[in-house]
Amino acid sequence: MGSIKRRDFIKTVTAVGCTAAGLSAVTPKKLNATPENILSKDRYGVLVDTTVCIGCRRCEWACKKAHGIEAGSIDDYDDKSVFQEERRPAHDSYTVVNSYDVPNAEPVTVKVQCMHCDQPACVSACIVGAFSKKENGAVIWDESKCIGCRYCLVACPFQVPTFDYHKAIEPEIRKCDFCYERTSKGQLPACVEICPVEALTYGKRSDLLQIAHDRIHRNPDRYIDHILGETEVGGTSWMYLSKTEFSNYNFPKLGNSPAPGVSESIQHGIFAYFVPPIALYALLGGIMYLTKEKSTEEEK
Amino acid sequence: MEHSFVPSQMTKKYFTPWVTVIFIIALIGLAILMLRLVFGLGFITNLDNQHPWGIWIAIDVAAGVALAAGGFTTAALGHIMHKDKYEVLVRPALLTAMLGYTFVALGVCVDLGRYYSVWHPLIYWNGNSVLFEVGICVMFYLTVLYIEFLPIVAKKFIGNVNLPGILSGLSKPVDKFLRILYKALDKTMFIFIIMGVVLSCLHQSSLGTLMVIAGPKMHPLWQTPVLPLLFLISAIAVGFPMVIMESTIASKSFGLKPETDLLGDLGKMVGPLLGVYLAFKVGDMFIRETFVYLTELTTESVMFSIELIFGVVVPLRMFLTKSVLKSPTGLFIASMLVIFGVLLNRINNFLVAYTPPYEKVTYFPSFGEIAVTVGFICLEILLYRLFVTYFPVISVPVEKSLQDSKYSLKRA
Ligand code: SF4
Ligand code: SF4
Ligand code: SF4
Repeated sequence: MGSIKRRDFIKTVTAVGCTAAGLSAVTPKKLNATPENILSKDRYGVLVDTTVCIGCRRCEWACKKAHGIEAGSIDDYDDKSVFQEERRPAHDSYTVVNSYDVPNAEPVTVKVQCMHCDQPACVSACIVGAFSKKENGAVIWDESKCIGCRYCLVACPFQVPTFDYHKAIEPEIRKCDFCYERTSKGQLPACVEICPVEALTYGKRSDLLQIAHDRIHRNPDRYIDHILGETEVGGTSWMYLSKTEFSNYNFPKLGNSPAPGVSESIQHGIFAYFVPPIALYALLGGIMYLTKEKSTEEEK
Repeated sequence: MEHSFVPSQMTKKYFTPWVTVIFIIALIGLAILMLRLVFGLGFITNLDNQHPWGIWIAIDVAAGVALAAGGFTTAALGHIMHKDKYEVLVRPALLTAMLGYTFVALGVCVDLGRYYSVWHPLIYWNGNSVLFEVGICVMFYLTVLYIEFLPIVAKKFIGNVNLPGILSGLSKPVDKFLRILYKALDKTMFIFIIMGVVLSCLHQSSLGTLMVIAGPKMHPLWQTPVLPLLFLISAIAVGFPMVIMESTIASKSFGLKPETDLLGDLGKMVGPLLGVYLAFKVGDMFIRETFVYLTELTTESVMFSIELIFGVVVPLRMFLTKSVLKSPTGLFIASMLVIFGVLLNRINNFLVAYTPPYEKVTYFPSFGEIAVTVGFICLEILLYRLFVTYFPVISVPVEKSLQDSKYSLKRA
């Protein structure tokens, strides 16, 4: 045999095996390190009744104001010309109201912002766990961890998070944070507070669902029997009521299974407590050992 | 006369007219990169909130990782399965992998909004995140690659460490250290070799899982739960063609005789691998019944067809043809097609297939993005040339002499 004796080889392979086993022993810790996704029974949400919304865009103004973004005068928001184009949340506007033409009816105005999913793709995807789902339902971003990879933008099924591409240093991921600071102090989210017609209802998600079902039940002419967000991608904290199909308002067609489901099960399948990688390691070690025997024999 | 192949330094002049051109392109890329660092991503890229990832991720990172697969496939062949005749190909492939992954890491850094936080995944973990796994594996694998290359560097300096001036007193200890290092690495190298293969299998497949979470944003022709498997098989399949391509170009560039016999033998393995890949790809298409999308004429269906026909079917046919395996040109063309196929596949997966629900503009890479990507590739070529000039990487035939085997494990 060569400079490494059979016994040494086995010893080293075993040592590596032990290290790997040790590694797998710390895996539970690693799983704890993943961002929190608390699904409290009492989590909050907002019910958006698009049949009530008048498209005044006060919520846009209030949201900016509450987040220290240059908001301008509230009167400017009466300008309806912005409705000519569909707008999306951006790094300087976490919520926008769009107007959609629907067949045989008045145009419908729809406010969009982060849906605060119960099984958020952004939380699952973020490489450093900068996103987390809080007990009150909010999905928020932690500036101190983010590396700006924008995988959250890739993952979000509602295309919500935005990135400030024109900042070289400390560019931020920005999106509606459910007014986490305000709600932690017992205040209402800024947009809910300012809404003059109560198109937005803030409350516990379970209560909101009841209210929503109740409204549909009592006014079957006013609503279609579908609460957007009740089951979509595993449920969301923000939910919508409507008179016509949601596809009229360009909501993406999404199934009911949680957005991160498939990717997480593949991921955990490959890693199942490090067993597959270690098995592969052992297999390769075995092959290396056996073929070496053969090639040394041949050389003799 | 018996020949044996010994890794040697290349002696040709470094700068040729072509090398100068490549040098200039690399400089342009670097200059534009400066603009990105100073003025932000938006200044030179066409990235936006609808298209968070562009060619820096699709080509520099995703395709870069796949095309550096030659490193682990030849290591598996030469060192793990002990197919000794391929030994001569391991070093060049190792060098390409090392440089390739270095540039993958650089590519990631350039694309990160907060590039200076690139180390964060080491302390902030998210076991659910596919990107986290890819990131950690790539970091570890890069380290393993450097370790695997270290003996070549150590060997070169052992016995002639001559530090200048006041440092000259340190020459002896440094030499001693190198000797110890070399010996230690020699004994433990097999651990790193196996580790490299395991890490490669892990992240090559996970790169495929990366886009699974994009769900319906990704065109059904590509979006499938078997993406990780497809990525792994295609990476393994492209490993040898990359080695063939590089070896052919290096031979030409340094005026060596192409090792057609050896490369032909290597090529024999590519056919079956491509066959398996094709079977999975077509099988997946039929199980999910996505072939219906091929009946419409869209960018997606066209790109998918090009990828499959010119990137898989044609080279598959070529690699199964005896005369192709015997001809340097045939081998080169077939290999280039496989490389093209995998490159296109990664671009398709990450860019062509990706359509966000609210798409106001379509993405096409900006001049700046292209310049940086091309610049990086040029820089890689330049470094490769530099390394093979300074270190014994490429093997040249010499009359049978005592060849020092690289890893004592196989020394009889
Ligand atoms: S809508 Fe998007 S950003 Fe908001 S919680 Fe869901 S996945 Fe995250
Ligand atoms: S950009 Fe930031 S928040 Fe988004 S996935 Fe990357 S690290 Fe996480
Ligand atoms: S909840 Fe707060 S952050 Fe979200 S849209 Fe309303 S005001 Fe803006």
